Amino acid sequence: MSQVIHHEDHYDAEGSKIGMWLFIFTELLLFGGLFLIYSVYRYKNPDAFHLAAQELDTTIGAINTVILLISSMTIAMSTTALQKGQKKITLLLMVTTVVLGIVFLVNKYFEWGLKFEHGIFPGSEHMKTTLSQGEILFFGLYFVMTGLHALHILIGLVLILVAYYRITNGTVHANRPSLLENAGLYWHLVDLIWIFLFPLFYLIH
Amino acid sequence: MQVSSPISQQVSYLEYQGKYKGLLGWITSTDHKRIALLYMFSMMVLFIVGALLGLGMKLELIAPGKTVMEAQTYNAFFTVHGVIMIFMIVIPGLPAVFGNFLLPIMIGAKDVAFPKLNLISWYVYILGAILVISSVLFGDGTPDTGWTFYAPYSFKTGTNMLPAIFGAFVLGFSSVLTGLNFIVTIHRLRAPGMTWSKLPLFPWTLYGTGWIQLLATPIVGITLILVALERIFGIGVFDPALGGDPILYQHLFWIYSHPAVYIMILPAMGAISEIIPTFSQKHIFGYKAIVVSTLAIAFVGYFVWGHHMFTAGMSNTSQYAFSILTFLVAIPSAIKVFNWVSTMYKGSINVQTPFYWAVSFIFVFMIGGLSGLVLGALTANVYLHDTAFVVAHFHFIVFGGTGYAFFAALHYWFPKMFGRMYDPKWANTGWVLFFIGFLALYGPMFYLGMMGMPRRYYDYLEQFHSANILSTLGSWVMVFGLVVIFVNLFRSARNGAPAPVNPWNGKTWEWTVPSPPPVENFDRIPEYKEKEGPYEY
Repeated sequence: MSQVIHHEDHYDAEGSKIGMWLFIFTELLLFGGLFLIYSVYRYKNPDAFHLAAQELDTTIGAINTVILLISSMTIAMSTTALQKGQKKITLLLMVTTVVLGIVFLVNKYFEWGLKFEHGIFPGSEHMKTTLSQGEILFFGLYFVMTGLHALHILIGLVLILVAYYRITNGTVHANRPSLLENAGLYWHLVDLIWIFLFPLFYLIH
Repeated sequence: MQVSSPISQQVSYLEYQGKYKGLLGWITSTDHKRIALLYMFSMMVLFIVGALLGLGMKLELIAPGKTVMEAQTYNAFFTVHGVIMIFMIVIPGLPAVFGNFLLPIMIGAKDVAFPKLNLISWYVYILGAILVISSVLFGDGTPDTGWTFYAPYSFKTGTNMLPAIFGAFVLGFSSVLTGLNFIVTIHRLRAPGMTWSKLPLFPWTLYGTGWIQLLATPIVGITLILVALERIFGIGVFDPALGGDPILYQHLFWIYSHPAVYIMILPAMGAISEIIPTFSQKHIFGYKAIVVSTLAIAFVGYFVWGHHMFTAGMSNTSQYAFSILTFLVAIPSAIKVFNWVSTMYKGSINVQTPFYWAVSFIFVFMIGGLSGLVLGALTANVYLHDTAFVVAHFHFIVFGGTGYAFFAALHYWFPKMFGRMYDPKWANTGWVLFFIGFLALYGPMFYLGMMGMPRRYYDYLEQFHSANILSTLGSWVMVFGLVVIFVNLFRSARNGAPAPVNPWNGKTWEWTVPSPPPVENFDRIPEYKEKEGPYEY
């Protein structure tokens, strides 16, 4: 018996954009919980947080901030390029974004590595014996928040690569740009969270 | 029903033969109705496990001292019972089953906004359930912290906590995705003419619930991750030995988990708001008041979490604030009760099984709600905190509220879902047994708590013996009632008389499509023409 259902090709750009925004709300609240914890402990241990923050390298942090800001620009430009039908430029800009994201992660890797070398990592004996409780909390939060942020960079990169693949095989194009737009939105979110993390950990002393 | 007809629109979703046959055809289907049944059957299995654990606890408490299990086993029982019942049954319960099945039909859509995401949510749910169950089966000892995973015990205990904590996180993720899907569906897929002021009340409550799921769940998500990281690496955030604050854990946990009780109760209220007008054959009293109170509950519910922590250490000012807000949040719930009762007034009441469930819902919900105010009062709270009174209160409100509404909804929409009528005599018998057993099981706990019996102990003083016997007997009667209900429904789903399109003379759109509904619900998207909204009799 043949029971063919003709699914209408349901495409709702507005709907998927609303969906993405709602998801971004949940991500903001996920980090919101962490920001709440950060502010409580900063309020309780102002001196220790001041001391611990001086341990972080502001230069690398600033470089990474610039990298992410530029990558946000390139992904926004790629969306515009797609709408104009310039497929090659779109793909080029997306690759640039991915490369910048990877550079960010590499920087982060060396930054973390240096801390590990100095015996600063969660659960280390060095921290327990030489640092105050407030400093331990600062570094605990530093690793959790930048770690979770790095995980989001990875997710964002995967999203962009999926969009890249879908553009090359032609299912995402000027008339159906939702996937790239949503990947871009997500990337901006990742950028935005870093904009808050950078001053909280590196700049406020 | 013309099964052999090649016209696709006549094929019911139960009989539709897609790319795959049998079970594979179900677990790969993105049809919202099939996903609803997937949820329903997985929840039923988990519910049986949770209920058996509850039965075991009551058996232990039939006599003082050790009866059938050790203290540690009892701790494991109430932990797993709580985790299963809260995270896998009552939080997803009505939205995932009845929301999935009915939301698109009630607003005149062919499916939810993101059908694939909907199926993924179910897989995520199953993954979470497997994680939690694996914490019982493997590792050194079943989790024993209670479903709240309080710090610092949750990262100090030697039992197998990690899978349970990750499981709860994953279940939360599934809940977020469902909420997101429903919000977008209601915004984008309402049929022409179905304005916000004509939206039926069940979708309205799903909308409110969706927002709570979206805005509250991430907080508990990050909190659970922090507990897991604390266990693995020792980051110090909740560990007093490293400068962390365990009470901060309680705050973050309840910032989610109090709104979560409104995730449980709002869709339940929505289902009751559908059932009462249908069986009173009368316009719902105060449609706008119900909508506004739904949104008010969703909003005020965010600001009352502190009442779980009155004795944990908190300033007097915050205690006053949380106490007052707790009293305020009771008002919109009371408004709804008045609406339901006023709807029945001078209605032409048709006493059927769903109506029995609905009125008994109002009864137990009021006992649960008013005892909640006793706990919200600061002085009474100090006395009653962590006693059996609290257990009685939240079983009346959570099991009595969401559970009764779930069974009301099940008996109301069963003919639509399976295309068969059930035997009303057995359904009513099951309800009577359940109702009596329920009151006998949880009623005595109010008394026990007032007399000072603490919760979460496998032992008690001799003076509490007789009330505990009554409670245990109640648990047997209630479970017997459950068996009658399930057997009746299972038999009817196979052999019941074919259900007509509209067996209860309901006015919402699910009663205009065949029972069971065709694969894509509607031949073409209908247009909403009723001038006065969805409950015109």
